[in-house]
Amino acid sequence: MIDKTFATALEAVADIGNGASVMIGGFGTAGMPDQLIDALIARGVGDLTIINNNAGNGEAGVAALIKAGRVRKIICSFPRQSDSHHFDAAYRAGTIELELVPQGNLAARIHAGGAGLGAIFTPTGFGTLLAQGKETRHIDGRDYVLEYPIKADFALIKAQRGDRWGNLVYRKTARNFGPIMAMAARCTIAQVAQIVDLGVLDPEAVVTPGIFVQRVVQVERAQSPAVAA
Amino acid sequence: MNRLTRDQMAERVARDIPEGAYVNLGIGLPTKVADYLPIDRDVFLQSENGLLGMGPAPTPGDEDWELINAGKQAVTLLSGGCFFHHADSFAMMRGGHLDICVLGAFQVSVNGDLANWHTGEPGAIPAVGGAMDLAIGARQTLVMMELLTRQGDSKLVETCTYPLTGLGCVSRVYTDLAVFDVGPAGAAVVEMTPGLSIDELRRLTGLPLDAAV
Repeated sequence: MIDKTFATALEAVADIGNGASVMIGGFGTAGMPDQLIDALIARGVGDLTIINNNAGNGEAGVAALIKAGRVRKIICSFPRQSDSHHFDAAYRAGTIELELVPQGNLAARIHAGGAGLGAIFTPTGFGTLLAQGKETRHIDGRDYVLEYPIKADFALIKAQRGDRWGNLVYRKTARNFGPIMAMAARCTIAQVAQIVDLGVLDPEAVVTPGIFVQRVVQVERAQSPAVAA
Repeated sequence: MNRLTRDQMAERVARDIPEGAYVNLGIGLPTKVADYLPIDRDVFLQSENGLLGMGPAPTPGDEDWELINAGKQAVTLLSGGCFFHHADSFAMMRGGHLDICVLGAFQVSVNGDLANWHTGEPGAIPAVGGAMDLAIGARQTLVMMELLTRQGDSKLVETCTYPLTGLGCVSRVYTDLAVFDVGPAGAAVVEMTPGLSIDELRRLTGLPLDAAV
């Protein structure tokens, strides 16, 4: 019997090691898998490469991971916010490397990683600082920049409900990067508010098919906190 | 000098958004445009973080922090609205499905180049978010900004000095003093606040402006 469920977040992240690349879902705190991140911090591993839209808000989640000094590099679109003080301090101290990617390119590169594409040509960023030194091509009247896929060892995502085969549904705008990160990591770990029996999730409405998910852990549901813009 | 308030600017932009348009309102000033869309006009507001059919802010106490907009403010979903993931959200932009986006700006050039993501100052931490995708993705990119900086420099310029967000992507600029069309033919004045002359606008901007035909 295939059962991808894990009893605790700590067990679900037990094999994430030093130097791992880890995608973390969420847009600000909506969809951020806070309890998986807490478990990762508790494990004590460092030298991580983190892929996330932001670089932490306030004190919890990605911000706490950065504050704890566990992140060597972050790939994100929008690091600087009014409550990104832990990232700001690490960046100014030179202890964290930043790869800044336009948000749609971040999504497209992650999707490409999950979809097995070798690269993509994107119009976003053409002629800007973020495309400097990159190969370009003129296709059918428009200019494009060559960008490479992003893959990771692990993806930590948050969903609303999941089953033991790894099928997932999300909640409102907490969906954001979850479905594409699930595709692009060697091992995807989903924290869900509820594990349900097989067949309970409407097959017409499953958002992430279980083939993209390796581990599911049910956690106490905490409402995402508000963040400063 | 008569200047439009930020609310009046938002009201002015809202007048140009037609029924049935799929629209993304950038964070900051453009968010205000939503307040001036008449309720009898069906406009589909898209938010980059994965919703279409975005409604107004909830009443205080009813916030759901998993239902937010790109500025991470709590919003609501209209009946008929839906959610989707980030690859779909940015396909809506890049794929040309979005009719209009309204963005703020540091500078816009007369040929429609946009600078709105980075001041380029040493020590500034850059953040781009969805600005570059929106700028080049929507069929029409509209900018909303005060025409002059606090120092009195025009933000409508011959050539942007700030790092660019997108090349030749802006078609119209709404400011507190005038509305401009920009593009390959250069900048032209669409309308001015009462009492302002085109000569005065030329003096303020330092640009050889003409009235739009």
